[in-house]
Amino acid sequence: MSLSEHTTGRHIPDRLRSPLEARLKSWESLLLLVAIAIFVANSFASPYFLNAWNLSDATFNFSEKAMIAFAMALLIIAGEIDLSVAAIIALASTAMGAAVQMGAGTPVLIGVGLGVGLLCGAFNGLLVTRFGLPSIVVTIGTMSLFRGISYIVLGDQAFGGYPVDFTYFGRGYVFWVISFELVLFALIAVIYGIVLHKTNFGRAIYAIGNNPTGALFSGIRVARVKFILFLLTGLMSGVAAICLTSRLGSTRPSIAFGWELEIVTMVVLGGVNILGGSGTIPGVVIAAVVMGLVTFGLGLLNVPGIVMSIVIGALLIGVIALPRLWAMRRG
Amino acid sequence: MKRRNFTALVAGLGLTASLMGTSAMAQDNMRIALVVKALGIGFFEAAAKGAEEAAAELGNTEIIYTGPTDTTAEGQIEVINSLIAQGVDAIAISANDPDAVAPALERAMQRGITVISWDSGVAESGRQMHLNPSSNELIGNMIIKLAADNLPDGGQVAILSATTTSTNQNIWIEEMQKVMGNYPGIEVVATVYGDDLADKSYREAQGLMQSYPDLDAIIAPTSVGIVAAAQAVADAGKAGEINVTGLGLPSEMAGAIESGASKSFAIWNPIDLGYSAVMIAHALASGEATAEPGAAIPMGRMGDVTLDDTTSGAMADPFIYDSTNIDEFKSIF
Repeated sequence: MSLSEHTTGRHIPDRLRSPLEARLKSWESLLLLVAIAIFVANSFASPYFLNAWNLSDATFNFSEKAMIAFAMALLIIAGEIDLSVAAIIALASTAMGAAVQMGAGTPVLIGVGLGVGLLCGAFNGLLVTRFGLPSIVVTIGTMSLFRGISYIVLGDQAFGGYPVDFTYFGRGYVFWVISFELVLFALIAVIYGIVLHKTNFGRAIYAIGNNPTGALFSGIRVARVKFILFLLTGLMSGVAAICLTSRLGSTRPSIAFGWELEIVTMVVLGGVNILGGSGTIPGVVIAAVVMGLVTFGLGLLNVPGIVMSIVIGALLIGVIALPRLWAMRRG
Repeated sequence: MKRRNFTALVAGLGLTASLMGTSAMAQDNMRIALVVKALGIGFFEAAAKGAEEAAAELGNTEIIYTGPTDTTAEGQIEVINSLIAQGVDAIAISANDPDAVAPALERAMQRGITVISWDSGVAESGRQMHLNPSSNELIGNMIIKLAADNLPDGGQVAILSATTTSTNQNIWIEEMQKVMGNYPGIEVVATVYGDDLADKSYREAQGLMQSYPDLDAIIAPTSVGIVAAAQAVADAGKAGEINVTGLGLPSEMAGAIESGASKSFAIWNPIDLGYSAVMIAHALASGEATAEPGAAIPMGRMGDVTLDDTTSGAMADPFIYDSTNIDEFKSIF
């Protein structure tokens, strides 16, 4: 809820838009247009862009982050946030590295990665739901805590020596240029789309985000739903940790450093209200692709990373501001 | 399918004509990417300067100076992926993580790109050769030479090292002791350890001056120790009397050179390093040289580098910084 909505009240239209009109004017359509525009611009800007393998490489830039972004989207819609996701990746990856040193095989590694992710998520969820602490504060704390443990364990060392079959998760291809990570990304997108848009649980998330007290009095077990969402975010961080560790083939405590902000950016760009209550999974999917295309396209032009960050920032502000400006002009 | 449609569309519009022109022109050039740990670091900006110098000397060579915003392996992998996509001729990288970037670089080599590492190396599977700025033997010799050059009649020198367990420093001191015979009249009277802490190094340097009143030079093969020792000497009013030398950074040592507490010191020269990396990358990518154990690869004005069994080699002696060049380098790193 923005300030203007507070002061002027929610705009209630005389009649509902037709489904087609609503769909055309939706955030997702706008984003899709942006994505197409970036795709076309990239094809003109660089002769290397339109190549199946290059585009396939580009998907690695966003697929791991997007997996977490889906869970993060649910959490943000419910009015909470988890800034410790990148640190969970670091801790999960460190735990997997330690397991390898003890001779663990690939199935055990996956168990360790997912298990550590779930434990971290449970820890966050417990602090937020049991003790009623604000999630932004809790997860800023656990962000330092989880990564700090990685630094204590590893220092300036690295864990390596992952089994050969473990490399499939980050470097394997299911079919031609379609990587395992891309398939996993699509699968997770579908699952989260169904959970959010087609289940009671999804309705509960929106209800909590819009009015937690109202949701509580409607019989929704608010704390339990939130706890599950923290678990899911931890779990997805574990999944991303498996993919990233497999892709890198080694673990250092600085792994995935700074990802939490890129993930939150992805979610907000996808049209999720940072204050909770609204947002969709298709929006996040398109936002992930947009961010991937922008960074890859600029990379092909050898634009320095800091300029890329500026472009992403401008894109975020632009995409968010445009519809508001449009609405203001129409009164 | 989508790709085909778009290609057809683009070609149909005929707007790529100019673009094709530029890319065809670019193909004539050899494109060498200098990938650094992160952009905006003085040391690497200087290396890029050297790379441009090499490109100008070689002709028809384009340098792509690039790197991530922060020193992460993931950032470098994204950069490497985009360089593979552009089909550059060679990648010369200073790696943030020797292992994590190796798979991406292996892919680059599979697609016919020459890959070398410099400064911070890459695991052997991920590069064709590695260029070290110097070698332990050369460093060991250089630190005693710096002291001896200012003591034509011989004299007493002391060593201020990092910790007793610092691998690099211990190796360099060991190498130094091997060549002591070449510097007659120079006597090493003590080795003390400042633990790479500024205050402890300062006190150890003070202690050396008290214990050995005739001390002529302090050798500190660590960038923390050398600054602290120079400060201790200057504070004791012995600048010009006791020469502090060893390995240090120009930006931190400029004051000591100015006060006379240090006549000269050494460290690798990033300009030479960038220059040599590009020279080697060009020689390998053009097929003029092959990276194999024992091979000697030309590096223009820097001479040849000879590769050892791990196909790595040392560029040169550490570069000497003194009052004649400190102003030029102190703003670089």
